[in-house]
Amino acid sequence: MSRVRIRFAKLGKVRWTSHRDTARMWERAFRRVRLPVAYSQGFSPRPRVSFGLALSTGYESVAEYLDVELNDDLQDEGNALLDLESLSAGLSAALPEGVDVLAMSADNDRSLSLQEEVTVCTWRLAVGPVDPGSQLPDIGARVDELLAAESIVITRTRKGRDIVENIRPAILELRQVDETSDGVWLECELATQPRSLRPTELVLALGSDVEERFVRRLYQWIERDGARWEPLAVPLAATDAPHALERAL
Amino acid sequence: MGRRGWTATLAGEMTTSLWPRIEPLLARVQKPARYIGCEDGMVVPDPSTRPGRVDWLLIYPDTYEIGLPNQGLQILYELLNEHPRSAAERAYAPWGDMEAAMRGRGVPLFSVDGHRPAAEFDLLAFNLSAELVYTNVLNCIDLAGVPVRAERRDESHPLVAAGGHCTFNPEPLADFVDLFVIGDGEEVVTEVSEVVGEWKRSPGRASPGSRHQLLRRLAAVPGVYVPSMYDVTYDGPRLVEVTPRYPDVPARVQKRTIADLGAWPYPKQQLVPLTEVVHDRLNVEIFRGCTRGCRFCQAGMITRPVRERPAAQVSRMVRDGLRRTGYDEVSLTSLSSADYSGIQDAVSGVIGDPMCTGLSVPAGPVSVSLPSLRVDAFTVGIANELQKARRTGLTFAPEAGTWRMRQVINKLITEEDLYGAVDSAFSQGWRRVKLYFLIGLPTETDADTLGIAELARNCVAVGRRHTKAVSVSASVGGFVPKPQTPFQWFGQVGVAELQRRVNLLRDATKGEKGVQLRWHDPRATLAEGIASRGDRRVGAAIEDVWRAGGTFQEWSEHFDLSLWQAAMDRHGLSIEWYVERHRDGGEVLPWDHISAGLHRDFLWQDWQDALAEHGLPDCRWTPCYDCGACTEYGIEHVVASSVAPAGGSQGTGQDLATGGAVPVTLLPVRGRMPLLTTNVAH
Repeated sequence: MSRVRIRFAKLGKVRWTSHRDTARMWERAFRRVRLPVAYSQGFSPRPRVSFGLALSTGYESVAEYLDVELNDDLQDEGNALLDLESLSAGLSAALPEGVDVLAMSADNDRSLSLQEEVTVCTWRLAVGPVDPGSQLPDIGARVDELLAAESIVITRTRKGRDIVENIRPAILELRQVDETSDGVWLECELATQPRSLRPTELVLALGSDVEERFVRRLYQWIERDGARWEPLAVPLAATDAPHALERAL
Repeated sequence: MGRRGWTATLAGEMTTSLWPRIEPLLARVQKPARYIGCEDGMVVPDPSTRPGRVDWLLIYPDTYEIGLPNQGLQILYELLNEHPRSAAERAYAPWGDMEAAMRGRGVPLFSVDGHRPAAEFDLLAFNLSAELVYTNVLNCIDLAGVPVRAERRDESHPLVAAGGHCTFNPEPLADFVDLFVIGDGEEVVTEVSEVVGEWKRSPGRASPGSRHQLLRRLAAVPGVYVPSMYDVTYDGPRLVEVTPRYPDVPARVQKRTIADLGAWPYPKQQLVPLTEVVHDRLNVEIFRGCTRGCRFCQAGMITRPVRERPAAQVSRMVRDGLRRTGYDEVSLTSLSSADYSGIQDAVSGVIGDPMCTGLSVPAGPVSVSLPSLRVDAFTVGIANELQKARRTGLTFAPEAGTWRMRQVINKLITEEDLYGAVDSAFSQGWRRVKLYFLIGLPTETDADTLGIAELARNCVAVGRRHTKAVSVSASVGGFVPKPQTPFQWFGQVGVAELQRRVNLLRDATKGEKGVQLRWHDPRATLAEGIASRGDRRVGAAIEDVWRAGGTFQEWSEHFDLSLWQAAMDRHGLSIEWYVERHRDGGEVLPWDHISAGLHRDFLWQDWQDALAEHGLPDCRWTPCYDCGACTEYGIEHVVASSVAPAGGSQGTGQDLATGGAVPVTLLPVRGRMPLLTTNVAH
């Protein structure tokens, strides 16, 4: 069973679809390009595709990943489908506008799933006042405060229950990188283990008078033994220029 | 929301995208993907061809996930976008949270394709598939920034149009809709477009009175009904007549029928939504129309005759559709798919053809589903071939609990048919069978109602021969008599009586292991009755229900009968008179000036036959009894086989004995055998 890892972007209107919707888009795209995907056995066979960390509905990303397992028997029957370059173009064409393949690799020796491997995500987000007309509070000062704090306790609801949690350990880095028309651009690194801290929760900690306008995942990182690498790097990182993001708003 | 003059538009004004104003609302609403469009197959019309072009906004007045799969809307969407002088985009009713956000920020109803404001279109065209959406229609017109009452609109407003099954009684919406299109829409939309286009390009279009002239011209297009061109007279509560105001306006509007479904292989580019919707699969219509003659069924009466799609075209549409969309499921749709002449070949063609999987070799499972299963063992045999995995449940619709009652409604299923089907299902591994029934049918007695419990019980017993884990669910809905059917004269059974019959059934099935009873809210049945057979005066009540916040009345969490009662009271309209009263043969009915081709004396005779408990055979396979649907329009059935398919006993008098024995032969699969799965839905 060979496996292909794909890195893809999710940008524009399509960001309003859910993680589940995205999975279904991929399954249709695989069938459209006739990729011989392996299916699970059993009562209700499913294509063997595993997605990495979920992306919240409404977030954009230039660092989404999936692993797809191929049915090698079918490939042997003369389907020269693993020309990755043409497959990549074919998939992008078969996917909705805004979902595009950024990189692809066919190596097979992985034991851990994406979800287990990734430890940190880099995010860029725009923050502005909740009340559009009002004065933006001093975000820079609040960022400094957060970083200086020993602990940051937030309350979130899960399955109808309030959970009180200290999110400070999950905030690995946080800085203001630019200004928007009515707010600021922040860039942050948030831990994904033991659970993924979401940018929305970070914004909550910045104060109830500000809200996120826009969130984009820039990187997912695997950190081990002091080193850090991406599950699959993009040859040309031309997607994270702040001015381009600003125009997208 | 400002009005937009035609002049500005004709001068080549850039079309407006509201997206920058819509997107900030999306973070605050449920299921934001409802509002983004972006489906595969979507068309965003070229703004540069806008001048002189007729722009249609096709609106499904319910949520995106209910409306998107609608095939009628998708067919017209493609046809209008293929035509050089028209274009079409789509809109759906925003859910309450989105509506509130839109009203709060002054964002009007918009298309999901180009996110253009609704008022920028030349026509707002509604699909009317169910009566309880009427209040949503008014809400959508209002959200568009257009006056809800037709008489308040002027030359600067879009035309409001409607099509779909409910238009066979257009009167309850007559005050709000400028024109109705009756029957098949494929041909008539282009004709309407031409008339509107000519007017739009004419120099006098903005002058007062020109809208009236336009509507009068539209009223002369066959199949188009313009309610404002007719006077209605009443004598007290009774309707006396509906008469055209001008000699060039037809006294009776005849429905449109396409003679040959094979000439219309649409949709060619079925929309593939990015988010989950109902019927989320490839849908291929294998025939239109049904002549089974079930007397309660409006769809079967108004869509005659039967027009089958050629088998080769079905195969092509399935293959191309699966390849293009990437779906792994196809539904062969019609009102009774097992009656398709080539059903065996069609089904085995799909599952036996590895190319249908989109691969040169089979890699993944393709499912086939057949909606509207017939109740016989043959049909179960087909289902068995389809549903190898995911074998969850089978649904049958005997509709009534006793043979007597089924003769009245002309659903000529014998108990042997049903038990044969159920036996076949359980013997082949199904564990769950769902049965659909109506209560409140004409001449129904408690014995008939209780017959439902009896049938369900017997089905459990049949199932126990094969397995212990038997589940039979009986879904019971209150019957609403529909216009243009033999039951149009019947007084609907009221809420209290329906509830009593539900209770009878509840008591009769209590403690019955294996039988689950489900029922629809009789109060919703009553409201549907008001909207189904109402006349023009009921429109005021519908408007009141909408003004009181009564949208999404099809959704039980939003349905509120008290709004309907209060609205009817306020306008001095008696619910009892409109809904529960038996009509006599001489009464002028509010929809008499709309024709589905059916002779009134045919319908009346069929009603009398119903009361006398006489069945009527299916005319596809027996001599014509001149209902009018063919003879009125000079058209005929298009069926590939002049004999009933195996097991198709119902209504044909055919010997049933062979039904279950007919083997379903499947083509061998080249290469690797794929896993076959299916969902066989009702």
